[in-house]
Amino acid sequence: MAEPALGNDAGLGAHEPSRRSSALARAWDSDLAYSFRHSPVAVASAVATLVIFCGAAFAPLIAPHNPFDLASVSLLDARNPPVWSEGGSWDFPLGSDNLGRDVFSTILFGSRLSLVVGFCSVIFAATVGVVLGLVSGYVGGFVDTVIMRIAEVQLSFPAILIALLVDGIMRGVLPREYQDQVAVYVLILAIGLSYWVHFARTVRGSTMVERNKDYVQAARVIGRHPVAIMLRHVLPNVMGPVLVIATITLAIAIITEATLSFLGVGVPPTEPSLGTLIRVGNDFLFSGEWWISIFPGIALVILVLAVNMLGDWLRDALNPKLR
Amino acid sequence: MIAFILRRLVQSIGVMLVVGLVAFGLFRYVGDPINNMVGQDTGDRDREALRQQLGLNDPFVVQFARFAGNAVKGEFGVSYRQGRKVSTLIAERLPATLELSFAAAIFALVIGVPLGVYTGLNRNKWQSKLFLGLSLVGVSLPTFLIGILLILLFSVILGWLPAFGRGEVVRLGWWTTGLLTVSGLRALLMPTVTLGFFQMTLIIRLVRAEMLEVLRTDYIKFARARGLSNRAINFGHALKNTLVPVITITGIQLGSIIAFAIITEQVFQWPGMGLLFIQAVAFVDIPVMAAYLVLVGFLFVAINLVVDILYYVVDPRLRVDRAIAGGGYG
Amino acid sequence: MAETPPDRRPLLRVEKLRVEFPTRRGTLTAVDNVSFEIGEGEVLGVVGESGAGKSITGSAIIGLIEPPGRIAGGRIYFEGSRIDDLPYEKLRHIRGKRIGTIFQDPLTSLNPLYTIGRQLTETILTHADFSAADARARAIELLGEVGIPSPVQRMEHYPHQFSGGMRQRVVIALALCANPRLVIADEPTTALDVSIQAQIIAVLKARCRDRGAAIMLITHDMGVIAETADRVAVMYSGRIVEVGPLREVVKHPRHPYTVGLMGSIPSIREKAERLTQIEGSMPRLNRIPAGCAFHPRCHEAFARCMSERPELMTNGPSQVACWLFDSRTGSAGHG
Repeated sequence: MAEPALGNDAGLGAHEPSRRSSALARAWDSDLAYSFRHSPVAVASAVATLVIFCGAAFAPLIAPHNPFDLASVSLLDARNPPVWSEGGSWDFPLGSDNLGRDVFSTILFGSRLSLVVGFCSVIFAATVGVVLGLVSGYVGGFVDTVIMRIAEVQLSFPAILIALLVDGIMRGVLPREYQDQVAVYVLILAIGLSYWVHFARTVRGSTMVERNKDYVQAARVIGRHPVAIMLRHVLPNVMGPVLVIATITLAIAIITEATLSFLGVGVPPTEPSLGTLIRVGNDFLFSGEWWISIFPGIALVILVLAVNMLGDWLRDALNPKLR
Repeated sequence: MIAFILRRLVQSIGVMLVVGLVAFGLFRYVGDPINNMVGQDTGDRDREALRQQLGLNDPFVVQFARFAGNAVKGEFGVSYRQGRKVSTLIAERLPATLELSFAAAIFALVIGVPLGVYTGLNRNKWQSKLFLGLSLVGVSLPTFLIGILLILLFSVILGWLPAFGRGEVVRLGWWTTGLLTVSGLRALLMPTVTLGFFQMTLIIRLVRAEMLEVLRTDYIKFARARGLSNRAINFGHALKNTLVPVITITGIQLGSIIAFAIITEQVFQWPGMGLLFIQAVAFVDIPVMAAYLVLVGFLFVAINLVVDILYYVVDPRLRVDRAIAGGGYG
Repeated sequence: MAETPPDRRPLLRVEKLRVEFPTRRGTLTAVDNVSFEIGEGEVLGVVGESGAGKSITGSAIIGLIEPPGRIAGGRIYFEGSRIDDLPYEKLRHIRGKRIGTIFQDPLTSLNPLYTIGRQLTETILTHADFSAADARARAIELLGEVGIPSPVQRMEHYPHQFSGGMRQRVVIALALCANPRLVIADEPTTALDVSIQAQIIAVLKARCRDRGAAIMLITHDMGVIAETADRVAVMYSGRIVEVGPLREVVKHPRHPYTVGLMGSIPSIREKAERLTQIEGSMPRLNRIPAGCAFHPRCHEAFARCMSERPELMTNGPSQVACWLFDSRTGSAGHG
């Protein structure tokens, strides 16, 4: 249609300047913040995420026990039911597992571990992906072809497989003594390597669009260093989609870590994450001790759900076509 | 058309070579094959002799060529853990995984596509919002958790379905199938739902998003302006345009399903390749890992090739037409 | 209001049409109190800048305004009956069959996955009870009418196999296949090469004349209007500022905006040093000035212009929405 969409051209972007002129006030008034404030889903999921984050961050302070401290764990306490069942006590509000670890505390510490691994993997994937995407899009030519071919090949394989593979290789390469210590790092590496591709492709696309624009050509003619051009001009434009992908990848990374731990190839068994707990509890489902699996499971779902909802809201809020 | 197929074939072979290279690298360089084959007591000279005999001192290219040649024949050596030929192990396990994967894929498509279309066409009805909300929860549920919950409900509490294994299987030549027995079908039910669930929610969201995109296009607007009925627009024009990109994605999802089978097989102790692979990773059983990699790589490449050809057949814009050369003036 | 012959009611009459877009920052009025008529077989050019509300007016007539936009006021009469309050199904029967539409971009107007033959026969069969064979014959006939060579072969081709101009001819064929009484052509040539534009306009005009169909030709290109229209309506900021016979509006523009528009078109005949330019730009939809929307840019504005909004007033064969032409104070007096 000849008429431009009434969105931006009709002045929605440049509205009347707020009477409060501080940057914070402007941010509050922005489209993003408005959308957030008026979406009950976004607010609910943000609150849930915040609660879990705080729980995880302050785990050492909140948790009644420390499940990672093997000295404090005693087999005598094993397999207690939750506090509302017969035989339960407030000592172990959600019950205890087969080694005597308190389920509630382990959920807190385990969430912490899951979150740390999740965040680090995403940051790793994003960094690798954004850098490769920038390079690929800006330099073009042979470098671009090579990077994109690798990306394509990797994309045809599901991430879980790649994560398993990297993990397996590390396991074979590293001497046995060090494996437990570096397991977490290996995990972050494995998950991060599985997910860089989405970042790279998006950033590459945007870079190629920006690269052909006049102001970039002008900068090159003047002699500005290409890295400076990329960092200063291309990067800000790309941050929106990158943020959306990052949120979604965070959810997937958390699930991937949980899955790998469940399969027994994730975090070491002495530092259980939510996935490990579920694995442990799986064996006790038939004997009626369901709490070992189910409570961590619920915690995991709430965490991932919250992150997903945030990601969904973020994507809708940042999508200019939907305004 | 032929040129297109040839080009894609060449690409596929290229990818297989890369996969083969990685697998070979695994095989040869991760850990020491000799150490895995002989006991602690074997002297160095014997090890060296073995090394020479197995050709482990030959140049890289020769070793790779030998590996590739063997791989094509299905020869991957002997499993470190089980001491049996890898090819036998795989042949035993492959049918279980393939049956499960196809069942899951069909489940995901048969439920996912109609639901996706429904929520796309009726985006404001409360049912759509409900399905969408459920699909969001679905995407947040890890596959293994779904399996555990299903087991809890249907096996532990209700006792209707078996929690482990494949049930009775019928042997048809080299293949074993669980589809021909009641117990086999009952055993297939929960794993199928578990494996297919994630894909189903993805498909719902994908189809819905595509549908909404398509309904916003100019050609749909023009179709409305021409007075076409809602039925013609929704199911004639919109649906067809929606399904075209969906085909590609679902094809790739099939590959994803085969990989996710690893998890499902672990939860249900389903005797398939995925379970084999997990055990191999845990024990660093390199020959099995390498074989799995090559096999799965081959499956993925084949699937991608088929999907590309399908895409080509369905979307006329991809076909180079001789008519264009002589065609239209202004 | 309009100068239609007294024995004929107008084919289309739009009365005080108002189209609003509610947004969270307030309601934007894209079309504000617009009234005009189109007679049988006549070509009304609707001209104005991008964003003036021309396309939305066209969309409103066939009831295809995209939500959250909606018709907030006014009436639309077609062939004597009111159509703006019809339910979707009834309106659908009018679309295509009695009112045809052409949009700007022929590439995106056609479904890329269907042959144009299929798209043509489908439209024909929607509006008439032909057999499949008859529909096909009719489609081939139509393709020939709009100037597509080898129509029988071309029926099996896909949209991407046509050039831009050919595609727009197909679109014209689609719009005309049920013999509508009115064709709304929304920027039909904007997406095409200049060299092709004249041909397409010629085809459109000729085929409509064959059928006695009227055309509402929406465009920002005065050159296209000058070739084709019988009457011209000039839109600004969602309002009609001037409407009249083609020659009058072009040669004797009255409204200062129209004067500026005509003056900004270079003439091959006259020698001029500079093109006339109207300072400033059309206001944003959420900042339309009070009174006359044009007054901030108008050299002849006076006090009344800033507070009272002018209605269309008759001045000779044209109508102008400008206080300069208020008949109570004389033909060209100030307030």
